[in-house]
Amino acid sequence: MNVPEDLLYTKDHEWARIEGDNAVIGITDFAQDSLGDITFIDLPKQGAELKQSEWCATVESVKAASDVYAPLSGQVVKVNSELAEHPELVNKSAYDKGWFAVIKISDMSQKGKLMSPAQYKEYTEGLSK
Amino acid sequence: MEENSVLLKTPLLRQHEKLGAKMSPFGGWLMPIQYSGIIEEHNWTRKNVGLFDICHMGEFALRMDPEKGNLDTLVTISLKRMPLFSCRYGFMLDEKGRVIDDLIIYRIDREHWMIVVNAATTQGDFSYLRSRLEGAGSFEDISASMGKLDLQGPLSAEVLSVLAGPGIRKLKYYTFGYFDLLGERIIISRTGYTGELGYELYMPASKVALLWDRLLEDDRVKPVGLGARDTLRLEMCYSLYGQDINRNTTPVAAGLGNFIDWDKEFTGRQALLEEKNSGSGMRMIYFMAQSRRCPRHNYRIKYAGRDVGAVTSGSFSPSLGCGIGMGYADREIAPGETVALGDGSVSIDAEVTLKPFYKDGSAKSGEAK
Repeated sequence: MNVPEDLLYTKDHEWARIEGDNAVIGITDFAQDSLGDITFIDLPKQGAELKQSEWCATVESVKAASDVYAPLSGQVVKVNSELAEHPELVNKSAYDKGWFAVIKISDMSQKGKLMSPAQYKEYTEGLSK
Repeated sequence: MEENSVLLKTPLLRQHEKLGAKMSPFGGWLMPIQYSGIIEEHNWTRKNVGLFDICHMGEFALRMDPEKGNLDTLVTISLKRMPLFSCRYGFMLDEKGRVIDDLIIYRIDREHWMIVVNAATTQGDFSYLRSRLEGAGSFEDISASMGKLDLQGPLSAEVLSVLAGPGIRKLKYYTFGYFDLLGERIIISRTGYTGELGYELYMPASKVALLWDRLLEDDRVKPVGLGARDTLRLEMCYSLYGQDINRNTTPVAAGLGNFIDWDKEFTGRQALLEEKNSGSGMRMIYFMAQSRRCPRHNYRIKYAGRDVGAVTSGSFSPSLGCGIGMGYADREIAPGETVALGDGSVSIDAEVTLKPFYKDGSAKSGEAK
């Protein structure tokens, strides 16, 4: 599984890339692989206030629908509109073209609740066993 | 979650692992759900050839003179009318006309039959039939020694005739024959569950792996898991036992009355006739979402603001690029009308349509219309 070094992770398989006051968020390679072919994504609206660990998106695959939770609290400043027509971008490029949204982080201290790449790697290896 | 250790395994477990399949429990068996991905496998089967491990299904061998035995009274298929080397789809019903199982009967000879049933119901079906069959010469559950592969897709005749000879091309829809393949004489029927031209191959379980490997040597053939098997059958509106039809539903409600021979006596006939003539009760409807959102099993169906039933199967249609599904409604809803499908937090608008969703299948290609 691909676990980039410049991201932080949640146990629900979301990632966050912190860029100044903002964070780009999405779901991990592990998540897209277990979901299978993604067919639809219900993204948060621009301007919406997200709370850490609460609903931020719903991802539908051929097999099932799953909720995605916000890795950090903050206001949505941008969403990836490409995903409406091409949800499969998340399968192909979970960390790059398959990003979900950019949020303006409201509480930087919440970073402490996220996992480092090494921790996340160890965590997912435990799940695969 | 069932423990993998108690699950039954097909003779192809090693093949699936080597191909990197995602395995999951299904009907008491550990089965491949997908290899490269459901959508890719689905589209491949619609254009080329998909190979499916179907060894989990059950097969019974029966010796019975149809004039003397009573199988005719236990299934909705008319055995006496079946031509030799033909197969027929039908049901085994209880007194109230509810579905104990759906099955396919093969007429191998005047008094020799093969009955193919679902995996999860194999044992129950066998005991049910054994306790009720009269006038049978022998009745045997041959599931353990029988392997089954499905080869499905528009190019399947070309692929299979390389191994089994040109006689394959002469098989008509829902007929079968014996073919020599890799030193075995096996049954091949022109049947399937995808809507494409295709074949079901029955061979000794010990030979399945050899045949699987040989078929995959052809570049036109790719392995397909149960995930795509489900999306392929749903695009054709074929029912899945345990989900769309079960011990609480009748073939009349399920819209499968055309698989019933009303001219003979069989268990459940009276109840079905009453249901059919009353015109009331539940009926299966088919719907296409107006977006990529998918209806899901157990979503409620709302029509004109009223709750009218529930979704039994729903998924994404790779061929049509939208959500599709089927379910029982308590009233007639005409094609073209709109229903809303949801579970409280989701509501998806969908249009009621005629079956099937996918209309370009090659299953009956070469047949007189």
